[in-house]
Amino acid sequence: MVAESSSSQAISVTLRVWRQAGPDQPGRFVEYPARNLNSNMSFLEMLDVVNDELAVKGGEPIAFDNDCREGICGTCSLVINGKPHGPHRGVATCQTYLRSFHDGDVITVEPFRAKPFPVIKDLIVNRKAFDRIMQAGGFISVRTGSACDANAIPVPKDAADLAMDAAACIGCGACVAACKNASAMLFVGAKVSQLGLLPQGQPERDQRVRAMVKQMDAEGFGSCTNQYECSAVCPKLISHEFIARLNRDYLKAVIRSAFTPISANASSAAG
Amino acid sequence: MAKLESRIPSGPLEQKWTRHKAEIKLVSPANKRKYEIIVVGAGLAGSSAAATLAELGYPVKCFVFHDSPRRAHSIAAQGGINAAKNYQNDGDSVYRLFYDTIKGGDFRSREANVHRLAEVSANIIDQCAAQGVPFAREYGGLLANRSFGGAQVSRTFYARGQTGQQLLLGAYSALSRMISFGGVRMFTHSEMLDLVVVNGHAKGIIVRDLITGEVTRHAADAVVLATGGYGNVFNLSTNAHNSNATAIWRAYQRGACFANPCFTQIHPTCIPVTGDYQSKLTLMSESLRNDGRIWVPKKKEDCRKNPNDIPEEDRDYYLERMYPAFGNLAPRDISSRAAKKVCDEGRGVGASGLGVYLDFADAIRQIGEAGVRERYGNLFDIYHEITNENAYRVPMRIFPAVHYMMGGLWVDYNLMSNVPGLFVLGEANFSDHGANRLGASALMQGLADGYFVIPYTIADYLATQKPGLRPKPEAAEFQQAEDNVRGIVTRLLAVRGKEPVSHFHKRLGKILWDHCGMARNAAGLKQALQEIPRLREEFWSRGCGVNVPGDGGTLNQSLERAGRVADYLELAELLCRDALERDESCGCHFREEHVDPEGECLRNDEQYAHVAAWEYQGKDRAPLLNKEPLTYESVHLARRNYK
Amino acid sequence: MNPVGSLFRASIGKKFLMAATGVVLLAFITGHLVGNLQIFGSPDRINGYAHFLQSLGPTLWVVRLVLLACVIIHITIAVQLTLENYRARPEKYDLNHTIQATLASRTMRWTGVVVFAFILYHLAQFTVGWAQTDSFKSRLPEYTMTADFHLMGFPVVAKNQPVPDVYSMVYLGFANTFVSLFYILAVGLLSFHLAHGADSMFQTLGWRSEKWAGLLKRIVVLYCVLYFLASLAIPGAILTGVAKPAAGTYAAQKLTVAAAPAAVAPR
Ligand SMILES: Cc1cc2nc3c(=O)[nH]c(=O)nc-3n(C[C@H](O)[C@H](O)[C@H](O)COP(=O)(O)OP(=O)(O)OC[C@H]3O[C@@H](n4cnc5c(N)ncnc54)[C@H](O)[C@@H]3O)c2cc1C
Ligand code: HEM
Ligand code: HEM
Ligand code: SF4
Ligand code: F3S
Ligand code: FES
Repeated sequence: MVAESSSSQAISVTLRVWRQAGPDQPGRFVEYPARNLNSNMSFLEMLDVVNDELAVKGGEPIAFDNDCREGICGTCSLVINGKPHGPHRGVATCQTYLRSFHDGDVITVEPFRAKPFPVIKDLIVNRKAFDRIMQAGGFISVRTGSACDANAIPVPKDAADLAMDAAACIGCGACVAACKNASAMLFVGAKVSQLGLLPQGQPERDQRVRAMVKQMDAEGFGSCTNQYECSAVCPKLISHEFIARLNRDYLKAVIRSAFTPISANASSAAG
Repeated sequence: MAKLESRIPSGPLEQKWTRHKAEIKLVSPANKRKYEIIVVGAGLAGSSAAATLAELGYPVKCFVFHDSPRRAHSIAAQGGINAAKNYQNDGDSVYRLFYDTIKGGDFRSREANVHRLAEVSANIIDQCAAQGVPFAREYGGLLANRSFGGAQVSRTFYARGQTGQQLLLGAYSALSRMISFGGVRMFTHSEMLDLVVVNGHAKGIIVRDLITGEVTRHAADAVVLATGGYGNVFNLSTNAHNSNATAIWRAYQRGACFANPCFTQIHPTCIPVTGDYQSKLTLMSESLRNDGRIWVPKKKEDCRKNPNDIPEEDRDYYLERMYPAFGNLAPRDISSRAAKKVCDEGRGVGASGLGVYLDFADAIRQIGEAGVRERYGNLFDIYHEITNENAYRVPMRIFPAVHYMMGGLWVDYNLMSNVPGLFVLGEANFSDHGANRLGASALMQGLADGYFVIPYTIADYLATQKPGLRPKPEAAEFQQAEDNVRGIVTRLLAVRGKEPVSHFHKRLGKILWDHCGMARNAAGLKQALQEIPRLREEFWSRGCGVNVPGDGGTLNQSLERAGRVADYLELAELLCRDALERDESCGCHFREEHVDPEGECLRNDEQYAHVAAWEYQGKDRAPLLNKEPLTYESVHLARRNYK
Repeated sequence: MNPVGSLFRASIGKKFLMAATGVVLLAFITGHLVGNLQIFGSPDRINGYAHFLQSLGPTLWVVRLVLLACVIIHITIAVQLTLENYRARPEKYDLNHTIQATLASRTMRWTGVVVFAFILYHLAQFTVGWAQTDSFKSRLPEYTMTADFHLMGFPVVAKNQPVPDVYSMVYLGFANTFVSLFYILAVGLLSFHLAHGADSMFQTLGWRSEKWAGLLKRIVVLYCVLYFLASLAIPGAILTGVAKPAAGTYAAQKLTVAAAPAAVAPR
């Protein structure tokens, strides 16, 4: 039920937080009480308050990633009670509010866990693997200034809309965190689909999907067994249909490359 | 006294940029490889610049404090980006976009810069579409437009409600490409903490690795800062939690002039603060004002009542009352100030008393709930997510919030600061928006600077520098700057005080908001100028000031924040000083002493048609005010009138 | 990388092979089930059919090799991917939460292993005769066809021809409660394996979309239920005595003797 008017209640919870000093250090859970908080407070604001109290008492604050606090930058992470980005569908950690919890709850907070996302400290993980996948081919090669008039290449509205659905990915990595296999297929599928759906993306289409998948594998992500946990936690509700698309694109690219003669003039430069 | 040479090319306005490009010095392809360029920041301005400079053949090093270049706060822009494409055939043109921007800025920006911005705007759209930015399309497959911010033409391009995100991801993809080609070396989690100036030229930066705490020196032939806005000096703003002023502030302390620091844009439709713990304000699209009616109770005692129980005659639709012609659609600054006024009278609503109602009851009566849902459904959802209130049933509560800083480091037409070799792009510079920015034009400016201006203009400087002669990181200036950085870190850790960083940030924010916010007056500003140094002193006082736990050798978020707040504590003073000095009202700078009979901004073009560029004079000395006069050749200085 | 190499090395390539071999195996077990259901008809039918298969000679071996290759590839890659996936998350979550992954999808490895064990046993029992040697077809008296056996209208086995008595072998085999129960368990888990697998392979091949995912899901579930019930029917009916071997067959003799010891004349 939607509240008609915001009534803020006091809420107290106990946080069970993963503390880990560094990448190679052992980690453990530590419990912190969070008392008498306003239920309209966001989850991250609660962590701010807990941290301020900790700091003043001489403890070391809990390190956690965040930036925009409005669900768009993809910086916040956190696995809250076993769910990346917390209890709600289509919502990032930073948009999670205390009213989603009950007074007296014990809330377990863990970092995203995956080999390609090593813990940096406490709840912060290193997600550079995603950047490297993008560097492998997540782009359309167009030098600045070399573009033709934007309306010279019409894009069917359906394709543009679908490309936008895929492009909405905020690169947070929750898909990897939620996947039982720590697979990055949703993230890669979204980018490959976005660029593959647009006419501008066609020239590099095959090369792109092969390069990105290759890098994805090299980073040590698991492989997808079609369990669709990823799309269920994705804060932007990216559909796993894009994974099917990625699979298809990849197979087509492999097959096409097998039957395409190599030009004698082919330069070695590739992207 | 700094030399403020604006380097505006001669000739008619429309030809200045073309001529400049033709006359500017060039660097030969073979030589480009020999220069190294540092780009700090990878928002729209930084990533487009880094990618483009690398494409041209310059070796680029790019630094961001984020964990990935894709996270810069440009990602949060929702509305759209302007461009003079005239795809709608509604009479738009480069001149119109230019004029709207100049007028929107209340005639406090440079004609030549703004005209160039309007000129290159069209190329931006071409570039982004080619990169695969999924702009909204019409059924025919051509680009769609919407109108924005009072412009009389439809020139805003958008990608759903995520335009900034899509543009940034486009620039990020170009950057990623150049990283993979080795043209750009990317340094993430790396915060620039000082600028190195050798023989008067910017030749490097000092960087702290936020994960290891390591402090490193980086030398270059030129330094480009694209580090975004400093709205967080107010503590609460629509900016990201980590957006900060450190890079430009430290550059200022190395001699770069800070222009118009007090020009602060306040956005009228934000979700109000709910409590003291609040860390951030969320923007709601202004389009809501098209159908919502803004009011507060007439009587103070009604403020706590359920709004639906307050009868029509006890409501004050104050915008409709004060500005009958524009009503609820009065411009950003005007409606922001009106909201503050009624709240100051004690008629604000919500728990904090800082809020006004934005009521859709009439709209629902006219077009039905479904109609309202169709137009604003997603905004109502966001509102519900944050406040847990159903705005279809009870009126929304909104309040103005700090949104954008028009001020920034002073730059010339080449986007170079008064420190040769130091270039400043995007929100970090002051150049194009004058005293007020129009909606959908910050994205345009960031990309214009990065894709289409700096790649040409930087050559004009580099050509004067012999290749291969950049100083070595071992030079004494680097040592000195590194010592400075280490000193700051050590001092912050040594305070060992009692209060968390946020405590000081909140207090500073309150001082600024009260005295240097939407409306300013000499008395308040003077008071703030006394309070800020006191707060700063408290912050630094050993044993009872700021508490920064941990050490400097690992990831330490408290330390990061403490450094930023320490800079805000200084910058805030400059803001107030600038606001006090500018004894006129213009754009967002509303001095209560200077209002026309209708209660609007009263500009003083005789005395204040200039850029106020503040120059650092040393730690305990007042900064020096330099003035760059603004001369208007093409436009006539008109009065903004929204009655 | 050549395309075959990338099939075996890239994650998506491997998944493709899983799906492709899955398709072959799926086709096989479907056909095999249809063949097996002949057990409920006259002994001529299944025996004739079995004999016909055996008489194919080289063709049979080609089919067997293809199947064998598929099983090997399917299982090798399943093991590889499982290990890789395991390595991709070295540190497990303390609190696990599943939102929408089906139980079938999360137990593929285990259902697969049981099915594999079953296949080994099944081959030992019915193909090479290492298990239940007493009732293996080569130990049983040959069966004499009572009529010509036609397959799709072509006569393949003539009347009065002696052929191995697969019919009796199956009846005798399933008379053992443990064997039957194991079969039931195995086909149950196989159906469960397929409940995810048959749906999943469309996704892997890129042929699944939300537009028809619901329909696909229903078809797959229907298929799996039918497959399970039909497979269950064979051991189930024999074990419970619902199906009794046709009079005059070897199995009928043995089982009647076993079932009604009182009727056996004392020696
Ligand atoms: C909520 C919101 C909505 C907006 N909507 C619109 C809109 O619809 N249309 C519009 O035109 N404008 C809009 N704006 C304004 C616009 O988004 C910004 O002005 C613009 O994106 C700023 O871009 P930038 O590249 O200058 O800086 P940013 O995108 O802020 O990038 C700053 C970069 O600098 C780096 N950095 C900063 N300091 C350091 C340091 N010391 N060391 C190393 N790296 C550093 C950061 O890591 C980051 O990469 C909006 C702004 C906000 C806050
Ligand atoms: C109730 C279920 C089943 C029955 C009654 C059954 C029966 C048989 C029989 C009688 C044979 C021997 C045929 C002959 O000797 O000519 C056989 C062979 C075989 N069965 Fe089954 N089977 C069943 C289920 C399965 C399942 C589930 C699988 C696989 C997963 C399977 C795989 C095989 C294989 C691979 C052979 C060997 C074929 C060959 O190469 O000769 N069977 N089965
Ligand atoms: C007759 C036997 C079998 C059939 C018909 C079969 C069928 C399938 C099918 C269709 C898939 C789906 C492929 C995809 O996701 O695209 C699959 C996946 C899988 N199978 Fe089998 N399989 C059989 C035996 C086995 C055996 C014996 C094992 C294990 C030892 C096994 C393990 C797996 C695993 C691990 C997967 C991957 C899970 C997944 O993709 O979700 N299977 N199988
Ligand atoms: S696909 Fe969704 S969950 Fe994965 S990175 Fe993108 S936004 Fe995050
Ligand atoms: S949860 Fe994992 S298994 Fe595939 S469908 Fe998503 S990547
Ligand atoms: S902090 Fe930016 S998405 Fe959560």
